[in-house]
Amino acid sequence: MALKKIMYYPGCTLKGVAKNLEDSTLATARELGYEFIELPGWTCCGAVYGLAQDSVKFTIANVRNLIKAQEYGKEIGDNRLIAVCSMCYNNLRRAHIDVMRNRDKLKTLDLFMDEEPDYEGNINVQHYLQFLKEYGFDNIAEKVNNPLKGLKVAPYYGCLLLRPDEVAIDDREDPHIMEELLEILGAEVVDYPLKNECCGSYHTVDKREFVAERTYKLVSVARDVGADVIATSCPLCFFNLDRRQEIAKQKHNDFEHMPIVYFTQLMAIAFGLKGDDVLHFDRHYISPKEVLAPWL
Amino acid sequence: MDVIIHGLSLDIPLWNIKPPRLVKEMKYTIKKDPHQDERVQEIIEISGQNIFSCYQCGRCSSGCPMAEFMDVLPNQVFMFLQEGDVDTLLKAKTPWICAACFTCTVRCPVGLDLAAVMEAIRELQLRKNYDYVDPYKVDERDILPPIALVSNFRKFTP
Repeated sequence: MALKKIMYYPGCTLKGVAKNLEDSTLATARELGYEFIELPGWTCCGAVYGLAQDSVKFTIANVRNLIKAQEYGKEIGDNRLIAVCSMCYNNLRRAHIDVMRNRDKLKTLDLFMDEEPDYEGNINVQHYLQFLKEYGFDNIAEKVNNPLKGLKVAPYYGCLLLRPDEVAIDDREDPHIMEELLEILGAEVVDYPLKNECCGSYHTVDKREFVAERTYKLVSVARDVGADVIATSCPLCFFNLDRRQEIAKQKHNDFEHMPIVYFTQLMAIAFGLKGDDVLHFDRHYISPKEVLAPWL
Repeated sequence: MDVIIHGLSLDIPLWNIKPPRLVKEMKYTIKKDPHQDERVQEIIEISGQNIFSCYQCGRCSSGCPMAEFMDVLPNQVFMFLQEGDVDTLLKAKTPWICAACFTCTVRCPVGLDLAAVMEAIRELQLRKNYDYVDPYKVDERDILPPIALVSNFRKFTP
């Protein structure tokens, strides 16, 4: 069967340290009959959306990406642009909503970018989870041949999939979209009260201790509610929760390590894709191999 | 003498209870008309938020994941702004500790975007070419994900 083509925005991190997220995403999408094609000529999304109202410069890169998607979307006949990284999703979606609401801003940007055509506003930026929900979780269930029976997973959404309200992929205080997916994969989902709390985000660069404190709290609570592993979708949350366990362990004697995985990796395992070229477990600071051994 | 509050007897008299840390350490001056203050107006312009609509419900501070590391709580930021005391906020750590997670923004009952106000306070300094983080002195450059570096430098450098 020929694979359906769909545009995909990888972002810088998936091309580098988060190879495990990219490869597991592409592999699982292929199982579902989709070929994710990298948006030709994509540029950086800027990671955080500029909040200063008197400046339009922070929106330029995002609108330029949206214009590229608009042109390429016409070629392949699908206006959906799938982002996997939470930050990329948040930025592209927010930029789209922002310029649709403030047409003056869009006009300024269109005049500034004279080489590109104008942005028509028809790009549907989606997160991979939204794409999967639209595809149908019941249809995904048919592809599961290695159900994760008995694996206790704490779903962790972080901030940028749920906030602010206009970009939320689900209810911001009590999201369930990842739970639904994980249950279809056969995993046992624990009720994780901190699933929408911040991990400390970019402070990991200059205030590592603060992030380690957040990690200590997030991981300890996940252990208290009985999780074996935390599933996330954001490469920055992944890095903070995974790598900062080192400092958390040094500071707190009662701390126990817990492996962090991407939800796409769990999906790949449930689909029977267990190769190292898909999972890249060598990129984890806390290796999930031991916990996931029964399904590997 | 015992003091009884809500039927609970306190061993120490009320006047011996220490005031909260912030009140002790931070002094603020009330200006004549904060509405006319140039820097308050600049913060309003950059953030696009009417800071005078805050009525101190405290919902922002109670949900803030970074509040434990802050010296001025998010609701207190608005207290200082409404009194025209921008100097305290420029000296405070809080705007540099906010992680822009938008928990307060989505929960604010009057719809204030607190993350944008924090950004405006940072911008007041950043636009004068102030570097909060020196990109040349960052450790772990090879293992940090690019989004961490990009977002950090976007928030903390001009």
